[in-house]
Amino acid sequence: MTGHPFSLAGAQLIALPSGALHWPAERLLCVSDLHLGKAERAARRALSPLPPYETQDTLARLEEALQQTQAETVVCLGDSFDDDAAARALPQAHRLWIATLQAGRRWIWIEGNHDPGPVDLGGEHLAELSLSPLTFRHIALPGAQAEVSGHYHPKAGLRGGRARPCFLLDGQRLILPAFGTYTGGLRTRDPALSGLMGAGAVAILTGSTARPIPMPR
Amino acid sequence: MTLPPRFRDWFSARGWQIHPHQQDMLARKDDPALLLIAPTGGGKTLAGFLPTLVELADGGHEGLHTLYISPLKALAADIRRNLSTPVDEMDLPIRIEDRTGDTSYTVKRRQRADPPHILLTTPESLALMTSYEDAPRIFAGLKRVVVDEIHALAESKRGDQLMLALARLEALCPGLRRVGLSATVEDPPALSRFLARHPDPCAILQADPGPAPDIQMLQVETPPPWSGGGGAYAIPEVLDQIRRHRITLIFHNTRAQAEIFFHNLWMANEEGLPIGIHHGSLDRQQRERVEKAMVQGRLRAVVCTGSLDLGIDWGDVDLVIQVGAPKNVKRLVQRIGRANHRYNAPSKALLVPANRFEVVECVAALEAVKENDLDGDPRGPGPRDVLCQQILIAACAGPIDAEALYAEVTSAGPYAALTRADFDACLDFVATGGYALRGYDQWQRLKQRPDGQWQLRDPRAAQLIRMNIGTIQDSDTLKVRMKRGGGRALGEVEEGFAASLTPGDTFLIGGRIVRYEGLREMTVEVSRDPGRKPKVAVFSGTKFATSTQLSHRILRMFRQDSWPELPGHTAQWLTLQREVSRLPEPGRLLVESFPHDGRQHLVVYGFAGRNAMQTLGLLLTKRMEEMGLAPLGFVATDYATLIWGLDAVTDPAPLFDAEALRDGLEGWLAGNAVMKRTFRASATIAGLINRNTPQSRKSGRQATFSSDILYDTLHRYDPDHLLMRITREEAMRGLVDFGRIEEMLGRISGIDHLRLDRVTPLAAPLFLEVGKVPVEGEGRERLEEQEAERLMQAAGLA
Repeated sequence: MTGHPFSLAGAQLIALPSGALHWPAERLLCVSDLHLGKAERAARRALSPLPPYETQDTLARLEEALQQTQAETVVCLGDSFDDDAAARALPQAHRLWIATLQAGRRWIWIEGNHDPGPVDLGGEHLAELSLSPLTFRHIALPGAQAEVSGHYHPKAGLRGGRARPCFLLDGQRLILPAFGTYTGGLRTRDPALSGLMGAGAVAILTGSTARPIPMPR
Repeated sequence: MTLPPRFRDWFSARGWQIHPHQQDMLARKDDPALLLIAPTGGGKTLAGFLPTLVELADGGHEGLHTLYISPLKALAADIRRNLSTPVDEMDLPIRIEDRTGDTSYTVKRRQRADPPHILLTTPESLALMTSYEDAPRIFAGLKRVVVDEIHALAESKRGDQLMLALARLEALCPGLRRVGLSATVEDPPALSRFLARHPDPCAILQADPGPAPDIQMLQVETPPPWSGGGGAYAIPEVLDQIRRHRITLIFHNTRAQAEIFFHNLWMANEEGLPIGIHHGSLDRQQRERVEKAMVQGRLRAVVCTGSLDLGIDWGDVDLVIQVGAPKNVKRLVQRIGRANHRYNAPSKALLVPANRFEVVECVAALEAVKENDLDGDPRGPGPRDVLCQQILIAACAGPIDAEALYAEVTSAGPYAALTRADFDACLDFVATGGYALRGYDQWQRLKQRPDGQWQLRDPRAAQLIRMNIGTIQDSDTLKVRMKRGGGRALGEVEEGFAASLTPGDTFLIGGRIVRYEGLREMTVEVSRDPGRKPKVAVFSGTKFATSTQLSHRILRMFRQDSWPELPGHTAQWLTLQREVSRLPEPGRLLVESFPHDGRQHLVVYGFAGRNAMQTLGLLLTKRMEEMGLAPLGFVATDYATLIWGLDAVTDPAPLFDAEALRDGLEGWLAGNAVMKRTFRASATIAGLINRNTPQSRKSGRQATFSSDILYDTLHRYDPDHLLMRITREEAMRGLVDFGRIEEMLGRISGIDHLRLDRVTPLAAPLFLEVGKVPVEGEGRERLEEQEAERLMQAAGLA
């Protein structure tokens, strides 16, 4: 489990192979797009009965990342819940689990397009967070500087290899991969991503090691 | 019964005589089930419909009388045209219509309100019709069902779904009579049990098979290459045959091979003979153009794949050429039947082996055809993913009584042996998801009413279920269009292939070389690129494994002292193998090991077919890894697996311990891509994954996530879930083909290991095979790291 260290606007950051971002100087861990309760929402909307195990899987991986980094601040970068009703419908066991993870930590829920409302789960609820020199928000703003965002679920692969969730990094911004178990991805070749990222952008692949490659466009 | 005068007059006006099997069909028209086996062109369709036409002739029947089911939409439309001839000429008061995925919404609505006497449709459209609440009204009065090309339907889940739909119809219309029309098959009684309502009897009527086919090897000047599947060496002789016949069908085993052959054929086609191409990855309009040109006699040859195996009478075909070993004698016989649709004239066919080994295989197949020794694996029981979909379909039509539905389902031949426990597990999956983790009751798909019947919890679900009816799996394909000139559709390529392209790459599609321009809204945009060497499209084209029977025949041929029936080059090759090593024998397993090019090699001549030899390669390399023999990779063909690595295998016996292989399979299967692919198919059929949703057009791919994630999640948290059990079963009998490894281990009395100092004649072609599989491990990880570093350096980012 080797992370990939890099700097953004002077902040020394590490992209972890799990898809979480570590900021050691701030003892901060940032994860994006958890989409907790996705199976519940699909069932509620009479779509299909997905295996109801994704929330526990996502939380288990988050817990592991917290143990590894010993982070004291956690930023969930939006779309933490598949919708607000999914947040309310979270089983008691999972609420307790989240409370345990939150104990002794500053916990920030950034709002996303899937979960705009405040959640009844402890922690702060913010539209965005500024922590000099970085700004954390769900969806990247064109032209923004020193910005950390999520939303797009970027994925990329080496030629011939399988596409994996990845971080995208250029001089101005960092986009995080989706951390949730039931999440798909958007190829970095998609205009939504290639238009957003500057020349010389790097895709940091997740997997057994965090591996930077030139962003496939 | 005898033919009514009106029909007799019609037959004699045309100068026809009623065929004996047509008379038999009429005589047994009241049988609950009948299976007619007849060659193409034997008046099979008319035989199937004659009783219907006679019964409807007096105009006394109201509503639907006969359903005709065919595997192809085009066939339904074709039969409608063909049937209208006798109906019009005899002035019969019969309305005939077809109903497929192509039928307009307005026509479908009208058909539901006012069904025709004869409705021609496909298994999927029928399943959809049975899902409507007013199904009892639509099918009221139905007397007969005619299933065409039942031999083809019975080979896939489409057939299982159809038999469940017939069980449904039987419940709606008791006393329904069934007729199956089939090409030549190896086990007619099995097919009759598949068709008939269990345990009804089903008589088998055999039409006169006609004269034996005239089938030979194509004589070619140049010897075939040592490996590969293209058949390019035979192009001059193939062109010559096209010249000498009216219409030639040139069958290939895969779409990619058909494309390459077509390309090469045109390069050599100096006189510009009109030659077309037809395969399942081409755009429908393109295929229809070729079909039309064939019927009109405007083409001299069509390069094709299994897409032309079935049905429609494609004009005046007088020669079939099979390029590549036929793999399966039954399919070869059915293909040969495409030539010369006139009854009582022999079909003419030529075989073109694509490489040296296939020469042996083709000769073995020729002998099998002569002896009418057809092959085929017995059908397993009806798959449960299809049953899950059937329960959903039934729930769309109205509340389900579990007891009654179980009785109905087990009246279908493929499900006759289904236990109540297995049925209940499927019902539980459909109703609740069937997960070990409960507590999801408020989100059930079906809920139980106070009277015990099951109904959809949310009626809106019916729309989604209906949108996803069917068992045909479209692998993830992307449309290919011209970037300029109106964006004409050319066909489809696999998503994985599209992802491997970078702008400027060229590939073949529809016989054209195109240049990849880019991906736009999930469409591959290309431009014309004349005259460059193409990078070849990796079409999914199914790779068939050589059948067990044919493999055994080849092994028996190897026992001969000499091979006068083989061309000289091939006979010499086998003689040389016998001199420097040994030829594989039926009761023994030949294993060769030798050093070559700085690596140690192991060749296992298992003759178990491509899928099983591939699985064997994975299992053996896994065992070798455990034993510290550092395998690096392997490649498999229908007859052998070649493994290379750092250390020599001195004693192969422990590698083949059946128990250890079975254990290895358990562990290996779990994380395997074959399992994930199988899971995806079964989960889609069973209704866990929706292929189509009302929103799917709007939302991008970002919203959907890979079925691999569901597989991994179930594997971790609920490994005994019904879908995981179904996946295992399906993989074992499909791509993994472990049954044939067991068959191989069962038939050998021992291993003959020959330690040699260099490559043997029989092993040499294996080195040229494509599709080498690297052994996953530390090595691969290191290679990726090097590649990533190289790219970063090159981009100036490191």
